[in-house]
This record gives sequence, C-alpha cells and structure tokens, in this order.
Amino acid sequence: MTVTARLREHLNSALLIAGIFVAWELACLLFHVSPIVLPRPSQVVSTLVVDMPALWPNILQTLFTTLVGFVGGMTIGVLLGVLVGVSRTAYNTAYPLLVGFSSIPKVAVVPIFVLWFGSGTIPAVLTAMTTCLFPIVVNVATGLATTEPEMEDVLKALGATRWQVLWNVGLPRAMPYFFASLKIAVTLAFVGTVLSETVASNSGIGTVMMMASANFDVPLAFAGLFALAILGIILYAVFAVIEHRICGWASRKTELATG
Amino acid sequence: MSLAVAVEFLTPMPARRIVQLEDVKVRFGAGPTSFLALDRTSLTVHAGDFVAMVGPSGCGKSTILKLVTGLLRPTEGEVFVAGRQVGAERVGVGMAFQNPTMLPWLTIRQNVMLPLKIVEPYRSAFRAEKNGAFRDRAEALLAKVGLSGFGDRRPWELSGGMLQRANLCRALIHEPKLLMLDEPFGALDQFTREELWSILQALWMEARPTVFLVTHDLREAAFLATRILVMSARPGRVVEDRDVGFVRPRTIDTTYEEGFTALTHGLRSSIMAARQSEAKAS
Repeated sequence: MTVTARLREHLNSALLIAGIFVAWELACLLFHVSPIVLPRPSQVVSTLVVDMPALWPNILQTLFTTLVGFVGGMTIGVLLGVLVGVSRTAYNTAYPLLVGFSSIPKVAVVPIFVLWFGSGTIPAVLTAMTTCLFPIVVNVATGLATTEPEMEDVLKALGATRWQVLWNVGLPRAMPYFFASLKIAVTLAFVGTVLSETVASNSGIGTVMMMASANFDVPLAFAGLFALAILGIILYAVFAVIEHRICGWASRKTELATG
Repeated sequence: MSLAVAVEFLTPMPARRIVQLEDVKVRFGAGPTSFLALDRTSLTVHAGDFVAMVGPSGCGKSTILKLVTGLLRPTEGEVFVAGRQVGAERVGVGMAFQNPTMLPWLTIRQNVMLPLKIVEPYRSAFRAEKNGAFRDRAEALLAKVGLSGFGDRRPWELSGGMLQRANLCRALIHEPKLLMLDEPFGALDQFTREELWSILQALWMEARPTVFLVTHDLREAAFLATRILVMSARPGRVVEDRDVGFVRPRTIDTTYEEGFTALTHGLRSSIMAARQSEAKAS
C-alpha cells in the first residue's frame, strides 16, 4: 500500500468517528434529549476530564486486572493450543470439548468465581482469563494442525525430532493464527474484567459504571464506556503493531498486490 | 569430466550398497478400503548411482521414496539404508518435492541453511557459525544454481523456477549421501526444466551423492540417470531395470541423438504396456 493511500484510509476512519460524534451531539441538541437519558459527547468528555482524578485509579485497576488475566490466558492458551494441535488425534478428540467450553456465557461463571474466591480482583482476573482463553487455544491448535505435511516431511527426512519440527515449522507457521487471536483476546479480556467488576468488586471501571448508573449519573457511566473503548483500541493497536513486525510474511499478498 | 567418466567405468565393479529393499509390501488403510501400493519389491542401489524411477501414475514411486527416507514403514519386508535398517533411526537424507515448500517466514538463505540446524555434525556448530562459514557455504551453493544475490529475498518474491533452484540447494547443503527428488521439476516450463537438469547434473558430478529421482518425464530420466527403473501399475513392482551409459556431461543436444530417442521410446512402450495391463485388471 502506498503512503498516501494508507493516510487516506486513516483519515477516512477519523472522519467517520468524528462524524458520528457530531451527529450524536447535534441530535441531542436538536431533540432536547435529557443528559439522564443520553448525554452529549461533549458532556461525556468534560466529565471524563473533570472526574479524571477519581477515575484514574479505577482505570489502572481495570487495565491491571485485564492484563494479568490476559497474560494468564495467553500462557495457558498457548500451552493448551500446542498440546491439542501437535497431534491430529488430540485435535479431533479435544475439539468438541473446547467448543463446549467456549460457548458457555462467561457471565455465568462470575458467581462461581465469587463463591470460590470472594469478591474483588481475583474473580475479575479469572473471568478475564477464561474469556480470552479459548480463542487463543483454538487458533494456536488450528495453526499447528493445518501445517502442510510436506513442510514437516522435509525436516523429518533430515532426521529431525518431533520437537525440532514443532520449533522450526509448526510454531512459526501458527504465529499468524496466534496473533490474530491475541487481538480478539485482549478486547475479550476487557469484557471479562468489566463483567466481573460490575457484579462483584469495589474498584475498577465496571464498579464505577454500576455506581454511576445507580446514582443516575449517566454522563459518568458514559465516561466509563469511553475510557474502556480507548483502552481497548490502544491495546488492539499495540498487538497489531507487534503482529506486523513478527508476522509480516503472512500479509505479503496485499503488499505484493499494490507493488 | 574425465573423473566422472572414470567413476562410471568403475560402477560395474562391486560397489557399496547404499539402499536395499527386500520383498517390501506396503498396504495403505485397513479393511475393505485398503489397497496394496507396493507388492514384493526388491531393489538394490549402489553408492553414487543416479536412479530414476518412472511408471504410470499411482504406481508407488513416491512410496518408495518415503520408505527410504523413513517417513513410512513397510507393511512387510525390510528396508536398509547404508547397511542399517530404516525406522530405528532416520538417515539424514536430502529431499526435494515438486512443491518447493520454502518456509515463508525465513529468507531464501535461512531456508537453505535449515538442514544445518537439524543434521549433525553441523547442528552443534550452527549457533556459532550461523553468520560465518555456514552463511558463505549457503551463498556459494546459491551462486552455483544461479541465485547469487537472492539470499536475503523472501520465498514469495521468487519465481517457481528460482524456488526450485533454492529447493535443490536446501536438499544439498548438508552434503547428504542420499538425495531424494520427488518430481522436483514437474511444475516448471520446458526451458527452465532443461536448465535445471544441467545444474543438477553438474552438482551430482561434483559431489556424487546417490540420487533417487521420481519423475513422469522420460527425457528427464534418460538425461540425468545412470539407471532407470520402470514400475508396473499398482501394486507397484520393478518390471524393468536399465543402465544408461551416455557420456557425461550430457547436454540438451544429447537428448536429440538417436540412442537417446530410442531409449525414451522404449521406456514409453514399457509404461504403456504397464498401463494397459492395469486397465485389463480393473
């Protein structure tokens, strides 16, 4: 992609976001919508700025919880994914179980975690972890299981051990799948954290939003939403950049197509 | 050249057996859907031979390659490589398929150097030599096949013919005693293919590895091989074993000489006969 084309794409994205906020602002003004129902974006942003000293520790709490849960989910996810993906038998055996686990609504597990560990950070971390775990397992396993047998045969004929084949072919080959899942997983980890915070915690953005809506402080609740969206975008962007640096080879087609 | 000719004169003398198949049977699958891919095949290959295997499609040529490399175990019978039974321990053979299977996350040079990372005695020295002697060695080999300057490119930046050259380099970098080629030039155009024949011949004359070449192209077999095996239709057996004595280095002009045409014509008749017997059987 040429630089100008990329710039134009970024510009379009920015214009779309700005346009939606402007339309939202104008609609609220035009139809005299009460801030208790739907605050204007300008009100939300000013709340965000004014209440920042109070919000900041909660933002950090949510970010910390999410990252701990995400790292845990990533570690376990990669280990499970490799375990399931290295042999076709393991893959076929474990797949139904994985699908079953991943289709459990994560909101349903929060009360169980609270029952086991009490309210607070631990159930939030665990919810974040379980929420982001399965996309990683499924993607890593799929990446490994779909490795072309000919690629493996070249190494096996050289006398490579199973481990060497995994290290030199399987894992690099699964990297694009892994990173694709990380981008999804990190946003899902936020969902898990906030979910748990709204149910059973006394700090974090989820708690702030619960209390704000209980007090009919709708602009503050929206400020929490904005903070979450911004954090989500930042983390997504971080992983997109890392992915591009490590797995640039996997997106070669678009680069070839545009010269 | 004189050396190569001399070696050819020596081959009829008792040479070292490097590959030996004894009454090998291979059956794929189980129950009513199973089929016999190879039936009581026996075969001896001497060190330094260039063996080409031709035959109707599905006759088990690739199965023999997989047996020798240890990727597949025989259902019955025994396979020996360099006097040792295959299976207990894999032999470090070089291998190249029709699909170049270059790993897209590595550069061409890194792809070529991959066997050095796996095979002893290079493996132990790999970390230290990665940017020194091994790198020069890869570059030198790439230069021999006409790819100097392409070491830092990525596989998708190269054409099919260039990838297949790099593929040959990867199969040869660790100087294997045994080189297995499964239709390596099958997907290339006529001219690129003929060019690669000459390159492969030169590489073979230089290091004299034992080569197993599976091919559909009878001219390719006749141009490259010292010995051609014709396989029957499935279940495969060796039905014909011919020595090819053309003087090396052979050139593309050789392929238009009378003896050469007669050989490929004869091979063609044998394969047609094998195919017809299959048609009758089924």
